[in-house]
Amino acid sequence: MIKTVGLNKWFGDLHVLCGVDEHIKKGEVVSVIGPSGGGKSTFLRCLNMLETPESGHIFFEGTDITEADVDINVHRQKMGMVFQHFNLFPHLSVKENLTLAPVLLKKKTPAEAAEQAAELLNKVGLYDKINEYPRKLSGGQKQRIAIVRALAMEPDVMLFDEPTSALDPEMVGEVLEVIKCLVKAGMTSVIVTHEMGFAREVSDRILFMDGGIIAESGAPAELLTHPQNPRTQEFLSKVLY
Amino acid sequence: MSEYFDNIVKIMTRYWDVFLVTGVSYTLLLSVITVFFGAILGIFFCLGRMSKIKPVTWLCIAIVEVVRGTPMLLQLYVGYFLVPKLLPFAVSDFVSIAIALIINSAAYVSEVFRSGIQSVDSGQTEAARSLGLSSSQTMLRIVLPQAVKTILPALGNEFITIVKDTSLASTFFIGELMTSYLKVKGTTYLTMECLFIVGVIYFVLTFILNRLLCAFERRLRAND
Repeated sequence: MIKTVGLNKWFGDLHVLCGVDEHIKKGEVVSVIGPSGGGKSTFLRCLNMLETPESGHIFFEGTDITEADVDINVHRQKMGMVFQHFNLFPHLSVKENLTLAPVLLKKKTPAEAAEQAAELLNKVGLYDKINEYPRKLSGGQKQRIAIVRALAMEPDVMLFDEPTSALDPEMVGEVLEVIKCLVKAGMTSVIVTHEMGFAREVSDRILFMDGGIIAESGAPAELLTHPQNPRTQEFLSKVLY
Repeated sequence: MSEYFDNIVKIMTRYWDVFLVTGVSYTLLLSVITVFFGAILGIFFCLGRMSKIKPVTWLCIAIVEVVRGTPMLLQLYVGYFLVPKLLPFAVSDFVSIAIALIINSAAYVSEVFRSGIQSVDSGQTEAARSLGLSSSQTMLRIVLPQAVKTILPALGNEFITIVKDTSLASTFFIGELMTSYLKVKGTTYLTMECLFIVGVIYFVLTFILNRLLCAFERRLRAND
């Protein structure tokens, strides 16, 4: 579904991605773990071209989306993204947050979009907030709404960029629960996370990224309990889970 | 001292309309025209400055920097002499001066717009783009509606500044408040008294505008 070939990204002199090759298959749930500054988020943000890689290719459903003549907006509609800081639109109500893109991008009529918004909010237990504005919501509620906002575009893949890192501890559970339901339903997902227990539970595969490369990749039980790479071993010895 | 105030009363009895009708209305008219068209032109300067086409960016930066780096009075002189030469039809001094003021204001306002747009968290743009919105849809639907909250109060301040700055237009006898001062002083020879009157009117005008602006800002913030 998503394939990267020789992905390189610099921030000034800093070489953040050093030739990343990865293939995420349809229906696969992949967690990306690793130390800060290891390139996890940058890798994820390259997948939908929020960051433009200096070299390399990204094939999404067969199209090389790094090509200049590709209309990236069309492909982004198929890739939902959830951010660490939620990034709900504060000037729009919850309902408008959910319906804006589907209506504007002509995927749905306003009535259809509203119906779908209600349905999605029901699923995450936030139907009663449909007419609220984001400022009235807790972090956990905001993030759940950010997730369904992405789902409203009916994406083929979901990208999660540290979805629980900005949350108070007591709200982490409710958000992870939503993501869990989603991946159980078969949504292809790439999840950058620091929640090792969660990564272990939901992932088909875990990528350990450090120094701009995927240092190790494998099944959760295997990678987390018997890491082969010394850097993975060191990292895991430092994190408690 | 009492003679001084007697003179003020006498001047106001005789010439109140020169100050309060002609002067104030020209000052306000010139300010409104300047801020309105200055804001529109300012949007273009701002968009030009953020444009991906390099020569456009350079041109806009150059205009803004030159306007901000030269005295307004000089710009008014240039407008006064240059505008009639550049336009194929005859224009009044008022229009020439207004055009100079508009370009001046646009340069400042474009910076107001730019900082307003930049004050919106980049996460907003990323979220919108990740949903598949184009950059112009993102600007129109997501960034600008949020930038307005920072832009409008700053635009109000610009209006108040312009009200005072239009006094420079009296150099060309345009008819605004400071021109009223020149006229009345010219017939009465009572300099200090006329200055006092004009000063009070300017102060009352800007004070009222300031209060209105504060009330407006409070309402904007109430919606947060």
